[in-house]
Amino acid sequence: MLSAKIKKVFPGGFTLDVAFEAADGVTVLFGPSGSGKTLTLDSIAGFVRPDEGRILLDDAILYDGAAGVQIPPQTRHCGYVFQNYALFPHMTLRENLEFAVRARKNLDRHKRVTEMLERFQIAEVASRLPHALSGGQKQRGSIARALLAEPRLVLLDEPAQGLDAMLRQELYSVLREVVRDFRTPILLVTHDLEEAMEVGHAMHVYREGRIVQSGTPTGVAGMPASAAIARQLGIYNLLEAEILALDPGRNTSRLRVGEFEVAGSYYPGHLIGDRVLLCVHPAAVSVHARNGSLRANQMALELEHVAEGPHRARLWFAGGIRAEITRVEWSSIEKAGEFAVEMAPHAVRLIKG
Amino acid sequence: MPAIDWFPLWLSLRVALLATLAAAAIGIPAAYALVNREFRGKEIVDAATTLPLVLPPTVLGYYLLVVLGRNSWLGGVYEWIAGEPLVFSWQAAVVAAVLHSAPLLIKSTRAALESVDHVYERAARTLGAPELEVFLRVTLPLARRPILAAAALAFARSLGDFGVTIMLAGNIPGHTQTVAVAIYDAVEAGEGATARVLVIVVSLLAVALLSLANRLTPRRAL
Repeated sequence: MLSAKIKKVFPGGFTLDVAFEAADGVTVLFGPSGSGKTLTLDSIAGFVRPDEGRILLDDAILYDGAAGVQIPPQTRHCGYVFQNYALFPHMTLRENLEFAVRARKNLDRHKRVTEMLERFQIAEVASRLPHALSGGQKQRGSIARALLAEPRLVLLDEPAQGLDAMLRQELYSVLREVVRDFRTPILLVTHDLEEAMEVGHAMHVYREGRIVQSGTPTGVAGMPASAAIARQLGIYNLLEAEILALDPGRNTSRLRVGEFEVAGSYYPGHLIGDRVLLCVHPAAVSVHARNGSLRANQMALELEHVAEGPHRARLWFAGGIRAEITRVEWSSIEKAGEFAVEMAPHAVRLIKG
Repeated sequence: MPAIDWFPLWLSLRVALLATLAAAAIGIPAAYALVNREFRGKEIVDAATTLPLVLPPTVLGYYLLVVLGRNSWLGGVYEWIAGEPLVFSWQAAVVAAVLHSAPLLIKSTRAALESVDHVYERAARTLGAPELEVFLRVTLPLARRPILAAAALAFARSLGDFGVTIMLAGNIPGHTQTVAVAIYDAVEAGEGATARVLVIVVSLLAVALLSLANRLTPRRAL
């Protein structure tokens, strides 16, 4: 269990000021580049000395600003999987792994390394130098090397960066395996929400050196705490609106979005006439072919762009409204010249600006 | 074709080899300390390693005579141990060559150590390796090609020293006369043929060392 409270001020004006805990499983630090995620990992690993705070791993104090404690990286028992894997280029894969257990007796060392090579399916390429390994092999080698040192925590810095979709899936299953079999807590840095949701058990959203929201990845993705976080997640429609009517009895409301009137649910604490920001998931937006007049709650919008994926089609409408529908739905309406767009009332939420 | 005395060439090669080894033995730890350690007087050490590059060799030779001469404390200690004075011996030529080549070696080694991507050193530290082991098993092997290149250049420089050598080791044929000094001697004595042969041999040697150094230096993308 990691407990970190880190503050570091940089002369350029950037300040890292975060506090969080990481228990078993994968804890994700999610945020754009330059938000302080890697700096957090480097502080925990002992490469960077914070100005203030305290970092505890299990019962060991790694850093304590008040007491002036800063133990060296060597004794922190933090495994680190670097962005480019950092396998020693002058050693074979096996030698790289042996480096992590170099203090053990010959037989024991050989046994541990061989076991690890086999478990990560890199035994056949063990005699190769890193430059002759594929991206996936390097990555598994790097994780295997970190685990051999029996760390109490594994730090992963953007491990899926530059990997194709298949290798990503492979990485995620390796990580799940590590969590299941080694029971080592993992702290993973990423700016990819899909990755965070795929492997994360807990997530902290970074923004300009601070943690702005914490929770489970699905919880955060489903309920961003502010418009800024919703924008950072990059999945939601954010629409300016005005409340026209509120009905607590029926749990409904009427909202004006641009020139259209649509239905929402009841929003406690708001008044008629309030200017608000709506947050709507693109999958909660349905699209119909428009035949003549609009029905209630529908908006007539011009389709600007379509991106067809293997399963779903994403549609961009005028006014910045995105919809995500299945390919089947799309093929039934794609011939239509005009579209009517409708938002499911229960999915229309208000968000802080 | 005159009968050429090859002794100066062999002596120079022996002196240069010993000097390069000694310069590496001093230079690599010194470069490591300059890169990785913060200590008092670091700037002074840094300046002191550059000084021999800019001082006239005769000035350097003069200092060495003062420090290592028969009347000096260090010279006395050497004489007591070795049974003969250091000055005007072939060993003095080695000392002169070390002083001539070590600054270059330290500078290049320092640059080579600094050019190693720190991520590998960090990785080694997270795997529990103490600093000395990080240096010996990660940094040094990764920097070995540019360091070998620097050693080749240091060897070439040791081979060519004239000023410091003549001040400290003198010009005793068959004893302390190195090839650079022998060429000067031959020209002075009007033995043009001997001078020409030695000049060509030394030049070829220098070109070979230079191309070796170039081959060892990794080509960098601009």
